Amino acid sequence: MREWCVLSNKQLLGRIGQIVLVLLGISFITFALVMLSPGDPVRQMIAGNEDIVVSQQEVEALRHELGLDKPFIFQYLDWLGRAVQGDFGFSYMVKKPVIEELMHSLPATVILAVASTVFMLLVSIPAGIYSAVKHNSWFDYMVRGLTFVGVSIPNFWMGLMLLWIFGLKLGLLPIVGGRVSPETLVLPALTLGIVMAAKYTRQVRATVLEELNQDYVVGARARGMSESHILWKEVLPNAMLPLITLLGLSFGNLLGGAAVVEIVFSWPGLGYLAVQSIIYRDFQLVQGIVLWIALMYMVINLIVDISYNHLDPRLRKAGK
Amino acid sequence: MLLDVKNLDISYGSKLTVSGVNIQLDKGEILSIVGESGSGKTTVIRAVMGCLPGRGHVSGGSITFGGRDMLKNTREDWRKISGSEMSMIFQDSGNMINPIRRIGEQFTDYILAHAPQKSKAEAAEMAKDMLNKVRLPNPQNIMNSYPFELSGGMRQRVGIAMAMIFSPKLLLADEPTSALDVTTQAQIIRQIVDVRNEYNAAVILVTHNIGVASYVSNKLIVMKNGHVVESGGREIIENPQHAYTKELLAAVPVLGDKKYYER
Repeated sequence: MREWCVLSNKQLLGRIGQIVLVLLGISFITFALVMLSPGDPVRQMIAGNEDIVVSQQEVEALRHELGLDKPFIFQYLDWLGRAVQGDFGFSYMVKKPVIEELMHSLPATVILAVASTVFMLLVSIPAGIYSAVKHNSWFDYMVRGLTFVGVSIPNFWMGLMLLWIFGLKLGLLPIVGGRVSPETLVLPALTLGIVMAAKYTRQVRATVLEELNQDYVVGARARGMSESHILWKEVLPNAMLPLITLLGLSFGNLLGGAAVVEIVFSWPGLGYLAVQSIIYRDFQLVQGIVLWIALMYMVINLIVDISYNHLDPRLRKAGK
Repeated sequence: MLLDVKNLDISYGSKLTVSGVNIQLDKGEILSIVGESGSGKTTVIRAVMGCLPGRGHVSGGSITFGGRDMLKNTREDWRKISGSEMSMIFQDSGNMINPIRRIGEQFTDYILAHAPQKSKAEAAEMAKDMLNKVRLPNPQNIMNSYPFELSGGMRQRVGIAMAMIFSPKLLLADEPTSALDVTTQAQIIRQIVDVRNEYNAAVILVTHNIGVASYVSNKLIVMKNGHVVESGGREIIENPQHAYTKELLAAVPVLGDKKYYER
């Protein structure tokens, strides 16, 4: 049997089937929504956002050429037929295949997601654990206060504040983004990381606190186990379980691009691309991005489930 | 005198919940603390073991164990005594061990915590011997199991095996049979008596079942609302003085024409 995956072959195939079905559904719905939304992609493509007079004939010719005059369902099937062969259409906005543009923006988003998640974990795990262990100490009160403020701050405001402090006032970091480099990464990663860390610290604290009140902890103390053994070998492995689910959700979210923060810092990632493509009605690109976001979510969720099965023997045995 | 508890008061925060408890116990003796839920009987043995939950603390009196003033113990003193010289069997031992770790790992970790000079393999052998002693078939299998894979009775035996591994001088049993069916209850009680016989340990048995209590014990304490209403030897059963004790005895079912505590 495969050691890395405790789901059975059948379960795994089932999950992959599910992912394919959901992707089909999502692609259909986005396709329909883009069609229904106001604005004409053909005009947009010819004129961009400028006021250029174009003859109706020219518009119709291009519409025909792009297949946009066909009935909706045929357009969808055309798109689907090409999509299964790996061709996700052509972006009018950047005049490149969608898949190429996605791949072009992906590294920036992955770098930002990893950096902000690492920062978040480095802050929230020690702070959450310590605050739970020293329950009701001054440290705990401080953490509770700060994280309360943290979860109430919107991303964009935090981003602007950091820009103002570190970019304008202190002049430590560049204000102008638009490229991927260590200096330009710091502020967007901090922005995402701080807000997530606030949420996560509270979660780690609550989970560890709940585990510390479980009977097995009383039992371990009655057996004379040391407090450090209880924390590291008994409590934390149990507390990991709910935290991994959360971590998966936030990481999946980040891989879809953090639109607001990417816009604030002109970070050339998927979120930035998504907003641009919507503004320009570049619907093949929108479609591609939405599918990517959905796919990331489901793949990460599958990985979370597999790891869950791995960590919790009750699930592992029940699955067999 | 192994355990000498004098005028023990226990409070949660500033609220006095148990007061004026006296216990004198020698090697090989079994004392039962009987009473309804909320009478403070579990609180008493938790205080003896130094593991009162939350804001609970001893607010008066003294606890002397093996000539040592237990109220002067540091946390590390308590850690060393708990699980070695003194150990506890819980109502559901299965809940008192980590649900996501194998029983064997937890048992050997526990042995190594009090006997760090032993190797892992030696600790595992010790654990298997003890599981065998409490009549659990196929100890290796038990060692490889997770708590949820065993029945309530088997988990309780694992609990007893763990509690007995260092032949403690004092065994505290907190409603050890309440979660079990009647047949298993009898086996578990017999097991505890066997353990007393073999190691000459003193036992405090907390139960709401005065029938079980009178069947095994030399001494009894009857508690109600945090107070001791009656205490003494077996004469309490034959000739109860307090109305509450009489009530508890009257609640024991009759088998044939005998109450089953009469032996």
